[in-house]
Amino acid sequence: MLEVRDLQAWYGDSHILHGVTFDIQEGEVVSLLGRNGAGKTTTMKSIMGLTPRRTGSVKFRGKELIDARTDQVARAGIAFCPEERAIFASLTVIENLLLPPRIGDGGLSLEAIYELFPNLRERAGGQGSKLSGGEQQMLAIARILRTGARLLLLDEPTEGLAPVIVHQIGRMIQSIRQRGFTIVLVEQNVRFAAAVADRHFIVEQGKVTDMIASGTGTLERLQASLRI
Amino acid sequence: MDTLFGIPLPLFYGQLLLGLINGAFYAMLSLGLSVIFGLLGIVNLVHGALFMTGAFTAWILLDTFGLGFWWSLALAPLIVGAFGILIERLLLRHLYGLDHMYGLVLTLGLALVIEGAFRNKYGSGGLAYQIPDALRGATNLGFIVLPYYRGAVVGISLVVCLLTWALIEKTRLGARLRAATENAPMVQAFGINVPVLVTLTYGAGVALAACAGVLAAPIYSVNPQMGANLIIVVFAIVVIGGMGSIMGSVLSGFGFGVIEALTKVFYPQASSTVIFLCMVAVLLFRPSGLFGRRS
Repeated sequence: MLEVRDLQAWYGDSHILHGVTFDIQEGEVVSLLGRNGAGKTTTMKSIMGLTPRRTGSVKFRGKELIDARTDQVARAGIAFCPEERAIFASLTVIENLLLPPRIGDGGLSLEAIYELFPNLRERAGGQGSKLSGGEQQMLAIARILRTGARLLLLDEPTEGLAPVIVHQIGRMIQSIRQRGFTIVLVEQNVRFAAAVADRHFIVEQGKVTDMIASGTGTLERLQASLRI
Repeated sequence: MDTLFGIPLPLFYGQLLLGLINGAFYAMLSLGLSVIFGLLGIVNLVHGALFMTGAFTAWILLDTFGLGFWWSLALAPLIVGAFGILIERLLLRHLYGLDHMYGLVLTLGLALVIEGAFRNKYGSGGLAYQIPDALRGATNLGFIVLPYYRGAVVGISLVVCLLTWALIEKTRLGARLRAATENAPMVQAFGINVPVLVTLTYGAGVALAACAGVLAAPIYSVNPQMGANLIIVVFAIVVIGGMGSIMGSVLSGFGFGVIEALTKVFYPQASSTVIFLCMVAVLLFRPSGLFGRRS
């Protein structure tokens, strides 16, 4: 579904990605794991075209996107949920939810989204900025489920959240994968990633250095690979 | 004769009306400036010149094409708005992400060029523009004689401001505009073409200025300086209202029109400085403006 080849990215003079290469199959959940500053978030951003400069190849469903503008990448069917969640403070919850335009078929209906995230229904009229951290994360994910994008890039969806919320997000990810979404996760929480993802790419110094498929002893193998 | 603090009431009401009319122009201009600064980060010093261009467009449409006031009210914002879109596409586009100072200098230069071009062609004496037939005359409200046209200016301005407010605060398009003002890259990552949104927003802000210009043509003399005189006050009002706040711009626009007029009644010497004194006070105690959102 997604083929990333020798992806390099720069912020000004600093060369952050040095040739990231990986593939994702339709319907998979994969994680990008690595230390702070390894280039996981930059990988996501540069797939979206949000880095000032990028080279290499990003093919989505056979279509080359390396020269596409960010909105064209999104229109091709890739949605991004950033680490900082980017809930718009000047918009209500429902306005945040309806902000991303539909870009294709296969998105969830508002009703289906409210079933997954009951809190959002109650909070619909309130300001986005008044939500708790967990609710903001739910809104940030919910927002990209109704657009029809089939590949979701989730940057640290569990960061800073209480264990009970992390658990809820894990269940939600299982639920949306059953609906056929393909998901890429960036995670610091290796235990969480081991539980929800099928395959794991280890990112080090702007490159993918290893791939580990989930199976017996995944967590131990991941920890060994990450040297933690 | 009735008086208020020793001021004859008719004089008081007369000034109040004048204040509301000035306020109508302040509101329409500061609204456009505020939206443009919010999304583009451009301090649009060419706004006054585009207001003046709106007034001249009305005059030219009548003089050359025989199109009257109502036609101008519809056409001039479109024509000048299209000119604004050209300015944004050809010039402003290159300045995004740079220091605000670049936009300020470019738009100031543009204002001088546009004013110079009109002065060269039409002189600086000022041209007369007739009040439309339907709005000639006046009505006696008992406490004041209200010329129909002046009442209409306040009414039209209020309607335009409220429509703009509703468009921005209550529609999907407005939600996109507000979101892009907060975090443009993220809005683009949702598949929205932000550069087009930016262009249209600038065009719409300029169209508002042109609309104000058409309304001003029958009241003020149509001359190349008419915008330059207004724009400094309007900037003070945007700062007082709070950059990026729609309601703030409208309320401060009308409010300071009235405050300026009342100062003219009670202490005329201060009437041209009162707004700047208020600006200093607001900046000292509420740096983000009376209705400002951002810190």
